[in-house]
Amino acid sequence: MSGKYSIKDLEIISNDIREDIIKMLFEAGSGHSAGPLGLADIFTALYFDILKHDPTKPDWNERDILLLSNGHCVPVRYATMAHAGYFERKELMTLRKLGSRLQGHPERQRLPGLENTSGPLGCGLSQAAGMSLAMRMDKQTHRWIYVVLGDGEQDEGNVWEAAMLCSKYKLSNIIAITDRNNIQIDGPTESVMPLENLKDKWEAFGWHVIEINGNDIEAVIDACSMARAIREKPTMIIAHTIPGKGVDFMENDYRWHGMPPGLMDVAGDPPKAEQAKVALKELRTLGGKIKSEAHD
Amino acid sequence: MTDLHLLPISKNVVLEPIRKGFGRGLVGAGTINSNVVAACADLTESTQISLFKEKFPDRYIEIGVAEQNLVTVGSGLAAMGKIPFVSSYAAFSPGRNWEQIRTTICLNNVPVKIVGSHAGVSVGPDGATHQMLEDIALMRVLPNMVVIAPCDSIEAEKATIAMALDERPNYLRLAREATPIFTSKKTPFKIGQAQVFHEGIDVTIVSTGTMTYEALVAAEELKKHAISAEVVHMATIKPFDDKTLLKSVKKTNSVVIVEEGQINGGLGGAVAEFLGENYPIPMTRIGMRDSFGESGKVEELNDKFGLNAKQIVMSAIYIKDKKGASNAINTKTN
Ligand SMILES: Cc1ncc(C[n+]2csc(CCOP(=O)(O)OP(=O)(O)O)c2C)c(N)n1
Ligand SMILES: [Mg+2]
Repeated sequence: MSGKYSIKDLEIISNDIREDIIKMLFEAGSGHSAGPLGLADIFTALYFDILKHDPTKPDWNERDILLLSNGHCVPVRYATMAHAGYFERKELMTLRKLGSRLQGHPERQRLPGLENTSGPLGCGLSQAAGMSLAMRMDKQTHRWIYVVLGDGEQDEGNVWEAAMLCSKYKLSNIIAITDRNNIQIDGPTESVMPLENLKDKWEAFGWHVIEINGNDIEAVIDACSMARAIREKPTMIIAHTIPGKGVDFMENDYRWHGMPPGLMDVAGDPPKAEQAKVALKELRTLGGKIKSEAHD
Repeated sequence: MTDLHLLPISKNVVLEPIRKGFGRGLVGAGTINSNVVAACADLTESTQISLFKEKFPDRYIEIGVAEQNLVTVGSGLAAMGKIPFVSSYAAFSPGRNWEQIRTTICLNNVPVKIVGSHAGVSVGPDGATHQMLEDIALMRVLPNMVVIAPCDSIEAEKATIAMALDERPNYLRLAREATPIFTSKKTPFKIGQAQVFHEGIDVTIVSTGTMTYEALVAAEELKKHAISAEVVHMATIKPFDDKTLLKSVKKTNSVVIVEEGQINGGLGGAVAEFLGENYPIPMTRIGMRDSFGESGKVEELNDKFGLNAKQIVMSAIYIKDKKGASNAINTKTN
């Protein structure tokens, strides 16, 4: 927790996590690319700096809770958990296969360290509210509950039902993070169902809102530490991220919401046989900004 | 037997996801009737409602990821004389919005057409959260609701056109995977009408959705075991075609029911309820046995959960033996 790693270290970890995401999705032959790649910096910040947790004791009763509401982005969680020491990285290659603990959408009972089963959107914040209310009854409010949710996910009424409830009960140990990547399945969020002005909406629902660059690890850490200082309301961190971050041909392209590299040809992108290779090369060289080094 | 114009069971069978048939059927229905409209919850291409959206953009409404809103908006559209087709994954619609369907569509009794795609374990790697297994049960218990699970893309196309002409609330169950096309344009389809796709005298196999093809494969295989199986395809689960079923089982006196969903409350439940009350005979049900699915390849999952011809063959042999045994007991006591 806190400060064990420099920002530079964390950036390297985050990039390694992105490489694993590409490899595991390629191996699985199905799954979501854009969201998980865009969330790698946030998950690195959470597991390697922000969260109070112990990979050797996943059900430690003093741990912070991390709920993934947009369950389709779970590859980033699996990859980050493996890097953090919850299980061996080679297990990542079992993603979506028969008998794997790494189900296509996360199932709490299969893998220690997952806090919720998700995939069907819109439920994470309500679960957080329930947990927070229970913690209050049990005088455990020193524990933090982090919830990651998608932006398209916020089309669901369930999210706003939870928003009102958290605000009503001043559930200030809830820190929600919106992956504001501006895409969902059918297109850009603002064309499918406009969300803006999202900040105003959350504020109107009684939340403290912080807007950050979600691909800036330091900003993520700072925003969470700020959120922990707000005790009169729950906090929503609107984290602007780039979907597909790190892979040029996937970045900001909603067509990569639900596809793994190597599945099919996409107009304007590398042919399917090349996609994983090109993606890994770009990640290793940070889009050509550094020279490629030997890597496992 | 009237000619059903079925295609032969062969290795060269053409595969197509049944949802594609829905997409084409909806464009057809929309062309015939300008009151046909469509709405979707951020899954236009997956559910193939995209075809309608492209053809009739002014009659299409994008709801966003909001399934409760999807069906209740449908209710409003229908109240004003439209025939709305509203689509999402079955896990979310009718999985998430059941009460809204119950009150604003069924009790309100308006002709909303709920289309649930990606039903069954055959969504494979996505896992249990997305493998809808309870939709038949959920929709079947609702008064006024019609429940249809087509067996292939050709039948899905016909079902969609028929739904646009039907004045009741309807549920259409679709699947994601490409599955065999084995009916043809000329194969009869009528809402509420079961079809005897294969005649036999020893055992009745009642099936719905894509499992019907497996039932036909099983019927061929059973010939090798000297068992003559009758396959009754129930594309419509509700209203329940008890006449066709009863006629078949009075001949065979044993029944195997097969579906890609929970046997509790599903087609298995429907048949068991009816026969239990009216014509109790040896019966076995194939489907999910009170469990969730999981991630895996479709063939692996079908194997694991016994959703294939192999399992149907085994069950048919078992049930025929059981019938033999109970006949023997009956003759003894007589
Ligand atoms: C209740 C529900 N409805 C529909 C879906 C299908 N679905 C999966 S992801 C997604 C889009 C979500 O958009 P967003 O939260 O922005 O995720 P991103 O595309 O950014 O990864 C949809 C509609 C779902 N998983 N759950
Ligand atoms: Mg998004």
